Amino acid sequence: MLRFVVRRLALLVPILLGLSILLFLWVRALPGGPAEALLGERATPEAVERVRRLYGLDRPWYEQYFTWVGNLLRGDLGVSTRTQHPVLEELLRTFPATMELALTAMIFAVGVGIPLGYFAARRHGSWLDHLSVAGSLFGITIPVFFLGYMLKFVFAEKLGILPTDGRQDPLLDVVHPTGFYVLDGLVSGNLEAFADAFQHLILPGIALGTIPLAIVVRITRASVLDVLHEDYVRTAEAKGLKPATIRGRHVLRNAMLPIITIIGLQVGLLLGGAVLTETVFAFPGFGKFIADSIMARDYAVLQGFILFTAVVFVLVNLLVDIAYGLIDPRVRVA
Amino acid sequence: MRRNGMPLRGTLAVIAGTVLIISTAACGGDAEPGATATDAAKGSTFIFASSADPSILDPAYHSDGESSRVTNQIFETLVTTEKGGTGVAPSLAESWEVSEDAKTYTFKLHQGVKFHDGEVFNAAAVCANFERWYNFTGLSQSDSVSYYWVTVFRGFAKNESDTLGKSLYGGCAAKDDNTVELKLTEPSAAVLSALTLSSFAIASPKALKDYKADEVGGTAESPLFTGTFGTEHPVGTGPFKFASWTRGDKLELVRNDDYWGEKAKLSKIIYRPIEKAADRAQALRAGSVHAFDYADPADLESLKSAGVQVIERAPFNMGYLGFSQKTKIMQNQKIRQAIAHAINRENVVKTKYGAGAKVANAFMPDSLWSYTEDFAKYDYSVDKAKQLIAESGEANPTLEFCYPSGVSRAYMVDPAGNFQLMKADLEAAGFKVNPKTSPWSPDYLNTTQAGDCPLFMLGWNGDFGDPDNFLGTFFQSFSSQWSFKNEPIFKVLNDAEQEPDQAKREELYKQANALIAEFVPGVPYAQSPSFSAAAKNVQGWEPSPVLNDVFATISLS
Repeated sequence: MLRFVVRRLALLVPILLGLSILLFLWVRALPGGPAEALLGERATPEAVERVRRLYGLDRPWYEQYFTWVGNLLRGDLGVSTRTQHPVLEELLRTFPATMELALTAMIFAVGVGIPLGYFAARRHGSWLDHLSVAGSLFGITIPVFFLGYMLKFVFAEKLGILPTDGRQDPLLDVVHPTGFYVLDGLVSGNLEAFADAFQHLILPGIALGTIPLAIVVRITRASVLDVLHEDYVRTAEAKGLKPATIRGRHVLRNAMLPIITIIGLQVGLLLGGAVLTETVFAFPGFGKFIADSIMARDYAVLQGFILFTAVVFVLVNLLVDIAYGLIDPRVRVA
Repeated sequence: MRRNGMPLRGTLAVIAGTVLIISTAACGGDAEPGATATDAAKGSTFIFASSADPSILDPAYHSDGESSRVTNQIFETLVTTEKGGTGVAPSLAESWEVSEDAKTYTFKLHQGVKFHDGEVFNAAAVCANFERWYNFTGLSQSDSVSYYWVTVFRGFAKNESDTLGKSLYGGCAAKDDNTVELKLTEPSAAVLSALTLSSFAIASPKALKDYKADEVGGTAESPLFTGTFGTEHPVGTGPFKFASWTRGDKLELVRNDDYWGEKAKLSKIIYRPIEKAADRAQALRAGSVHAFDYADPADLESLKSAGVQVIERAPFNMGYLGFSQKTKIMQNQKIRQAIAHAINRENVVKTKYGAGAKVANAFMPDSLWSYTEDFAKYDYSVDKAKQLIAESGEANPTLEFCYPSGVSRAYMVDPAGNFQLMKADLEAAGFKVNPKTSPWSPDYLNTTQAGDCPLFMLGWNGDFGDPDNFLGTFFQSFSSQWSFKNEPIFKVLNDAEQEPDQAKREELYKQANALIAEFVPGVPYAQSPSFSAAAKNVQGWEPSPVLNDVFATISLS
């Protein structure tokens, strides 16, 4: 297992190297540049030239690339031209927000999706089954921003039980040592802040979790249906095993493999940021920050953030593979 | 096997438990969002939804509205704009005199003013600020950093780029504790209005030094300010003091109880960034914020019906069709006049702009001082346009018409939509139109600035309340964008910029507007207001057309 993990981590090196070159060229291929974006409509050719020189953008690209990689190896991701803050600082500020949101969305998707998919399969053809199929179609097709508005309209505007935006009530006096607001509430022993941060996650978590939820329901349902018709399930029933044992040990466990793959992929995607949800709920996360940086042609941020996303994606997939090994002995042997 | 069977069920149980906790937390929430703190605290705390975080709180280093909205509360300028208008009014300076040659400004300062750090505000502090700006080096000379100094004062003590001009700043002297003499290297009367810009606010020299406002670190490729003046310790003389800032979350100001003027009614202001206008409107309706700027005209009705106050700011922008006289056809005045008559500007504004938008007749908004309508106007008339084309001697006049993509501005909400309407108008008058569209930045701006678009769509958002910021920007000297030389127009605008007497200046700008209208270098067609919204209980908000709002007058009932 250790060798497997090390091998996978070693694979990161060529992936990141290739990606870094592609990224570097790609961000520079965007029309316009940081100077034009910074100066907006008041960008005279002279002003653009001055800003370009200031940020070293007038040098050949390979020179810029090697400087960047050199700084990267020293842990320096550069400075955002848009916000004038170090990229690493921006990463540490926005990533915890996105991670909290992604986890909430996944807890919602998995917590509701697996039981729903499982019972839909068990009662194949029943009203619950039809409802779950129709519901998951609905979940996939409904635009996130619309769902976000509707959730806010009902729960914030009309019922007034949940907040509309942000990560914390601005009137609360809270310190944020870790940047994970829910955790910060717990760490500082401020239960009001903890509950408040938690409430701020509910609506965006549901809005963001709807598509993964729909996918998890469908995959669970299909996978459980497959397994239910396997010979070993019939054998287990014939042996007179308790239904609970058959469900837990034979059906769910075997059905979990494709579900875990999907969960892994979804977590990777969600951690890459959720521009729409973050925008609608004014949630200061990773995805929104990248989107704004694209508009501002903020090269250092784009390069740093996307590379970071790649690392996260690879790590999440690694975790999925390890989970395979734990659940399925055949994978371990292979 | 059994060993592995349990964790799965255990996991499911944990997940179910978590879902239960989430829903309990939701139901156990307070009756109203934002009401977690006591009502008493909310009573004097004003929560404002901004569209983004400020870029930096050092006024010298910002040129965006989100930053100045905050620094306008913390800092003050020597002079400011009069309430609700664009004229110049006293602020830290109680009076001023301009010399005959418009090269020396003498300001009499208010006495007994203190910075938030307890330092005394006096003539020496004012000069220290001017000297700081003038002596900027490196990163601080970047247009993206010290934009307004470069725009107004043109250059620095030691210009690090040959594209910067000779500085207009000629020195600052503290005549006595309360008298400042500001010298210019060339006559300029527009500088006074420019000094109302929040970028020229006076900061505590001690705080600038203590918190290393101008210290630049990082690498050569990625320079950055390492000081904390602009992020953690902005110190001015304003009615509010900086308290804290968590980017992406909130920025807090508290009342300055030692303020020299009338003290603020609010005890605290909290700015909360919410990017989209529709989301800000929703937050206001849900009661989690008290007010916001830049409301979407589409939301105005729903806001009004929810009992929200909608506040209109007079237009301070202007959309125009420009002509580049690099091409022969545009050098023909009859053709330019024909275009002006052919465009149904009323229809464009009615169809493509929101509530409160108006037809623009001059190259400056009608809210700006010196505006009168004593100049030639070009009414919509297809017949007149046809007649002028016939008189022009151009047999089949063809216009290359450039418009941008990927941009929306208050003065140009939907460029492609404007283009469609104008194209139809021009064709009806007998022009042939060749459309040419390109992305706003950098392509479109580059081609129009180079004068390579015979007919182009552009506009201008005003920076400060002076006609020089509009007419002077466009027509004071030759520019390739317009590619014409008209000495009488250049001269009257130069004279107006240098005339120290306000009444004479007004007269000169009236003349300029008349000359420009007669020459038709382009067709101004739209000016549009912006809207702010505030909860029912917000009182005393005095919106400024140039966004120079100070929240000290606001109270919550």
